Amino acid sequence: MMFFAVALAILFTLGLALARAFIGPTIHDRILAVNVVGTKAVLMIAVVGFIVGRPEFIDIAIVYALLNYIGIIAVLRVFESGSLAAEPVEEPEQARRGR
Amino acid sequence: MRIRNLLAVTMLTGIYSLIVAVLFVLLDAPDVALTEAAVGAGLMVILMLGTIALTTQEERRQSMRHNLLALVVVAITGAALIYATLDMPLFGDPEAPAHVHLSPRFTQESPDEIGIPNMVTSVLASYRGIDTLGEAVVVFAAAVGVLLVLGTGAVRGRGHGNRGRARREDQDEAP
Repeated sequence: MMFFAVALAILFTLGLALARAFIGPTIHDRILAVNVVGTKAVLMIAVVGFIVGRPEFIDIAIVYALLNYIGIIAVLRVFESGSLAAEPVEEPEQARRGR
Repeated sequence: MRIRNLLAVTMLTGIYSLIVAVLFVLLDAPDVALTEAAVGAGLMVILMLGTIALTTQEERRQSMRHNLLALVVVAITGAALIYATLDMPLFGDPEAPAHVHLSPRFTQESPDEIGIPNMVTSVLASYRGIDTLGEAVVVFAAAVGVLLVLGTGAVRGRGHGNRGRARREDQDEAP
């Protein structure tokens, strides 16, 4: 019963993070939303593993946590260097809006 | 609501992949979920980010013309697909043909026939060996294509292109 309550709470925060990912408005909000969704997925898999009585799902959750980290680092890298490389002379206002 | 920033769209795709992976875990397929998370949320997002870094972040606005014929074709195709699913057995139905014929055959015969305790591996590597070989060829061709497009493009863009020349020292430090 307690695990179901935890799962419901995780789903609720997942919905909040999804809303933030959709309405934006800046790219930083979306990056943070992806990170939160990844964290919630990790927690959700762990809780589901305990609900169905298979605690070995935690291994999968750990792999998800690693993937989440790598993905966020990649996004931030491209955002830092990629937006600077995208035609800074011709479209300066667009590059600034993307930040 | 339309999102024109391709970086944001890429991140929403990653979110979709993570949620679908959780759905696969709920359906008791953790290995599929692992593949979905690694490929969908990890590798595919990184490939898309590489493409965005080589091109541009903003989708170009184009004039919206609604094609009614396309809508009709899509609606008919969707209705036909939904009609086709009505014949399928229910989810988890023990009387489904796959559970009546195939599963007992593989679970009982494959340890003797192949000699591998893991049945998924014996099906993938022996019963469907040619099919798996074809899949490997397809994946290899896709990887070579992506490397050709992204790899040489990156080198040319940095060596001869005129974009980001002022900041090239910063980029060359990036691995």
